[in-house]
Amino acid sequence: MRYAMVIDTRKCVGCSDCVVACQTENNVPHGYCKDWITEVVTGKYPNLELELRSERCNHCDTAPCVRCCPTGASHIAEGGVILVTPDECIGCGACIASCPYDARYQHPDGHVDKCTFCHHRLEKGQLPACVSVCPTKCMYFGDLDNPNSEVSELLKNRKYKTLAPEAGTNPHVFYLI
Amino acid sequence: MATSRRKFIKISALGLGGLAASSSLLGMNPFLDAAVKENITKKFTRTATYCEVCFWKCAGWVYTDEQGEITKIFGNEDDAHCNGRLCPRGTGGVGMYSDEDRLKVPLIRTTIDGEETFREASWEEALDLIASKFKSIKETYGPESFALLKHGSPGSHLEHLFKAYGSDTIAEPAYAQCRGPRETGFGLTFGSWVGSPEPADIRDTKCLVLIGSHLGENMHNSPVQEMSDAIDNGATIITVDPRLSTAASKSKHWLAIKPGTDIALLLSWMHVLIEEGIYNKKYVEKYTLGFDKLKAHVRTYTPEWAYGITAIEPAIIRKTARIMAAAAPSAIIHPGRHVTWYGDDSQRARAVAILNGLLGSWGNRGGFYFKESIKVPKYPHPEYPEPKWGWKEIGENYPFAQMGITSEFVKATIESEQTKYPIKAWMVAGTNLTQALPQQEKTIEAINALDFMVAIDTMPMEITGYADVVLPECTYLERYDGIRSAANRTPSIAVRIPAVKPKYNSKPAWWISKQIGERLGLSEYFKYDDFEEVIKWQLNKLGTSLDEMKKIGVKNFERTSGPLFLEEDKKHEFWTPSGKVEFYSQELANKGFDPMPVYTKHPEPPKGYYRLNYGRSPVHTFSRTINNPNLSDLKNENTLWVNPKVARILGLKKSQEVWLKNQDNIVSKFPIKVRITERIRWDSVYMYHGFGHNNKKLSRAFGKGASDTELISQTAIDPLMGGTGLRGNFVSILTENPHKNSEI
Repeated sequence: MRYAMVIDTRKCVGCSDCVVACQTENNVPHGYCKDWITEVVTGKYPNLELELRSERCNHCDTAPCVRCCPTGASHIAEGGVILVTPDECIGCGACIASCPYDARYQHPDGHVDKCTFCHHRLEKGQLPACVSVCPTKCMYFGDLDNPNSEVSELLKNRKYKTLAPEAGTNPHVFYLI
Repeated sequence: MATSRRKFIKISALGLGGLAASSSLLGMNPFLDAAVKENITKKFTRTATYCEVCFWKCAGWVYTDEQGEITKIFGNEDDAHCNGRLCPRGTGGVGMYSDEDRLKVPLIRTTIDGEETFREASWEEALDLIASKFKSIKETYGPESFALLKHGSPGSHLEHLFKAYGSDTIAEPAYAQCRGPRETGFGLTFGSWVGSPEPADIRDTKCLVLIGSHLGENMHNSPVQEMSDAIDNGATIITVDPRLSTAASKSKHWLAIKPGTDIALLLSWMHVLIEEGIYNKKYVEKYTLGFDKLKAHVRTYTPEWAYGITAIEPAIIRKTARIMAAAAPSAIIHPGRHVTWYGDDSQRARAVAILNGLLGSWGNRGGFYFKESIKVPKYPHPEYPEPKWGWKEIGENYPFAQMGITSEFVKATIESEQTKYPIKAWMVAGTNLTQALPQQEKTIEAINALDFMVAIDTMPMEITGYADVVLPECTYLERYDGIRSAANRTPSIAVRIPAVKPKYNSKPAWWISKQIGERLGLSEYFKYDDFEEVIKWQLNKLGTSLDEMKKIGVKNFERTSGPLFLEEDKKHEFWTPSGKVEFYSQELANKGFDPMPVYTKHPEPPKGYYRLNYGRSPVHTFSRTINNPNLSDLKNENTLWVNPKVARILGLKKSQEVWLKNQDNIVSKFPIKVRITERIRWDSVYMYHGFGHNNKKLSRAFGKGASDTELISQTAIDPLMGGTGLRGNFVSILTENPHKNSEI
């Protein structure tokens, strides 16, 4: 089992529904977020490209946040999902500094928090909240170890990229381009 | 867009600074995610609703926990408006309920020590006062002089009250300030309104043409979903917009048009289709009227002619026309939604409709389908009295207006001493009029001329501050409302059941209507104790029941009106005078208007000024959601988009605060931060609509960003239907605070 998320930037309109859905699903306090929209504009008017994409923790295979965590609070759970155990977290912030995706934040309660791929929903066979609400259905989620899964098929047949590949983290959020 | 990373970084940096304190907090509360976990294992109750955060009215489920608190709202999978997926506003709709700034009790205007203020009142007192005004207006001027200005679901309850009372003086800004012109343009051409939702078969189209549409930024749910399907299906999207909109970024061809010149492009596209003989000949021959006249009309409108006007290269005009022709009839030239731009908007909508006619898309798969809805039976009540005059007479100068023109209501109020149709009192429900109408000073002048004004809303808006009586309405999550009968590919109904009890001392609009009605001796029109009874009766008539609808939320029905599209071997009568698709409109000619659209030049920004364009944020609806705690968290202020060239000339820096002064020397009340982006033309600036609230009671929205509406003091009136063209306002950018020495 290796969970992965595939996001089609050709369809994403950057509406932020994934952000609100995550906030309400995970009780994220106002002013914080576990996923967000990035807008990248390249070129000069009127020869322009615009990419909109939903970003979050990349649940990396070689996760610097796990490596640098002094207490073991940041760990790799089943399916390659990176989780933080709040009561083991001392809030030192090393993981926040180490993440090349800026995906972690310090919860007002003190611990570090981030996207869990809605681990609690996966356990019940549900999709992550963001994937389940997306009006454009530009987000896909599944098991990369299964060659017939939707995500495997998409990565086989479509052109894609990952973010900050130079960081060598082997991220598991993929962007179709 | 959305929650910005910059904000996030700022917050996490602060968090790090407060490490010591955080650690001690951590010690006190070792199981921090417990709340989340608990939330997950809780038993939820789900209640059927349809959303009221915008007018799309997607059906959904409200989840409440064991304590009866709303935890989340999901879309209903059987609903064609959302297919189980709400937009960010619907998902964040719970914020409408939880907003602590809500109107809580009825308020009555009073004077204390020479200063006007509101005092809290009981419902009894407020309703008695309103009823006494209804009576005195009727006695002095006639019931017609009491106007209802409304938006959304509460409107239908109040409309019933007004009609029972004898007034048909009813309007909503959604018509003459928004989508009215396209209804006139398409109505004159195809004999039917576009209506809402638009019957565009986007999911099956091969070519989608969007002209100044904000699809994807306006989160009209089903078409946004279908645009995504169309992308998957390999449809070609062509977008015409001076700004690189979200839709433009999804397009194969983005035509960066010079603002105000769309009709020239449309005429030129017609020219190419006809001159190259690539229009849909079969369709044109069978279903249309006036082709020869149209051919002669557009003969000189070459792409070279249009190039000089629109700045779009002739080769691109030809190429895109050929793409449409190749896709036809599976091509959509989208009618748009907010189309009150330059005053010739009905004629532009005509041009769009005619182009669809040339492609044969109206009534064909991948073009436009024939929608169908279910008629919800009227709950029995006596006939309404016949008013002496109403919305029609107020708009009589505009022969093709089919709904009340709110801006003409304003005029009839200001001129109430001279006009035949004097308006003396307003009830304003669910619409923040001063932010919805252009020419704010006129709206305020009208309000000052009124004998009486009552506002009904869930939030303290700018408009509620002008009322004599303010009534707190409960949100859609706390009330029954009318059955949503939707016109789609197949008919459907949806119900709204209260998920929670009304918070504070707020009440539903049906109750308010009934209470006022009973005080006016109109009990016969309100023969129910609870609106639930009305729905129950109607649902039974429709062959279902409230119990069933509580379980399913949405019920889909089979079509009975005939096929979704035209049938090749059968005749079809369009609802135009000729029964044909009218390229040439005799109706327009008879009334002295251009029977076929022509291009006219519109004013351009003077030196040092930029055209003020505005549009939608995907996380907000008009000005009404800016204070919603969930949605303001995503976007709490707007920015001023300027092209880097403009920024260089004016020396503007990213995020610098500026003020705007328009051609009439109106200066924006609040500063707005600069966003330097290539996405906007150098002759225009752009901002999201709805921001810059000046009601201090809106704790999250007050003073955040600038209001486009306050800068729209010029309107170009559509002579056909009275629409107010709003895109002819120009602003200069001030870097010094013009309000330095004054207090706001």
